[in-house]
Amino acid sequence: MNELNIQQLEYLHCGPLELQVRSTECIGLSGASGSGKSQLLRVLADMEPHTGAIQLDKLEQQSICAHQWRKKVALLPAETVWWFDTVSEHFTDMPEQQVRQLGFDADVSGWSVTRLSSGEKQRLGLLRLLQNEPQVLLLDEPTANLDSTNEELFEQFVRDYLDQNAACAIWVSHDDEQLQRVCTRRYMLDDGMMTAC
Amino acid sequence: MLIELSALDLSIAAILVLMLGLLGWRMQLGVSQQLYIAAARTTIQLLLIGLVLKALFATTHLAFILLIASVMIGVAGWEILSRQKRKLKGWWGFGISTGSLFVSSFMITLLCLLVVIQADPWYSPQYAIPLLGMLLGNTMTGIALGMDRLVQTAWQQRPVIEQRLMLGEEPCIAIGDIRKEAMRAGMIPIINSMAAAGLVSLPGMMTGQILAGAAPVEAVKYQILIMFMISAGTGFGVISVLWLISRRLFDQRERLNFNRLLKVAEEKHR
Repeated sequence: MNELNIQQLEYLHCGPLELQVRSTECIGLSGASGSGKSQLLRVLADMEPHTGAIQLDKLEQQSICAHQWRKKVALLPAETVWWFDTVSEHFTDMPEQQVRQLGFDADVSGWSVTRLSSGEKQRLGLLRLLQNEPQVLLLDEPTANLDSTNEELFEQFVRDYLDQNAACAIWVSHDDEQLQRVCTRRYMLDDGMMTAC
Repeated sequence: MLIELSALDLSIAAILVLMLGLLGWRMQLGVSQQLYIAAARTTIQLLLIGLVLKALFATTHLAFILLIASVMIGVAGWEILSRQKRKLKGWWGFGISTGSLFVSSFMITLLCLLVVIQADPWYSPQYAIPLLGMLLGNTMTGIALGMDRLVQTAWQQRPVIEQRLMLGEEPCIAIGDIRKEAMRAGMIPIINSMAAAGLVSLPGMMTGQILAGAAPVEAVKYQILIMFMISAGTGFGVISVLWLISRRLFDQRERLNFNRLLKVAEEKHR
């Protein structure tokens, strides 16, 4: 079981927040720009200071090294960064089947990162993140730059991953229809508080 | 043996510097003021140290020599700090630069005096002060370059470091490439001067000894000793600075923490 448990969480102007995300569940999160959605994801990955408790199963976030936590609770930011010359250098091993499932040809591994569009970066960024086999996915507007075909592929891909690995996810998006499609529960972040919708 | 220089001899060289400054001013290159200040500093500082050395050589006293040595290290640490674009807040910057100078230059000079040169007494100022001075001057440059490169590049590449942290990399790996580059920046001057020594350039100390009438081969041996000491000192100094600073750039939860740096605007304001 992979269950994310958030209690009395406070950061910036937000909180206290309470949230439980159960295994295979996908939580949708929306809210105006600047409401603290992206910051919340960063907090959950321990990239920002905060108070309160965040647990994965019974494992307390502060009880293990931050880099170990980030492998389990993985954040896909709205803009992924690529620092080596080619795509494949960012991977220990390019999973060919998954590459195809996200709509790429196998030769993508040799591509120069300078020719990647923002949509391609987001899809490859997900693949790169999954190398750590995370138990929780934190997705920050992951399909903002995708066309509808690739958007569908992406959604299906994430759903499959959650089901196969008993993982869970928090999906931030401005697209309410999308959240209705992929999420089991939806929340709205407004004025620092989270309300179900 | 040594042909003594008169004030007139020195003023011929000074006129050249003066002319360069005038030309720079006419062409609006914006270096003249700095050049004049640096030239004035050289003259005053060297004349003063000449007097100090004269007094020092007359009284071989360990405490006095240690005092001079710590002043030299402190000033070198300060110089390193003043060449940084972005500095650590508080005493960290000064502490780290002075500390690493102490470890590298001071310890290596000590080793050299006690084991290699074995003068009598081991701290005789004629050897101790020039050796420490040469080491400090060179390691200072290397450390300043390495430190500046590390902090500047980390600042510019913040998104890359953060992305690598998000992927679960440890801080020392996430900043590893930057650290490598900073190490290179710090070591290149001494590597270059070792590679060019004798072929392109005759190193200053050796030239000085030869001018003073020493046998060339003896001067060469001293120069090799110094070169090795400088490269070891620079290397160890830069490594310790990079290690300490890159630790300081991350907090205990492995997040980048640029709050520990002074803002550039704040710096100008001071």
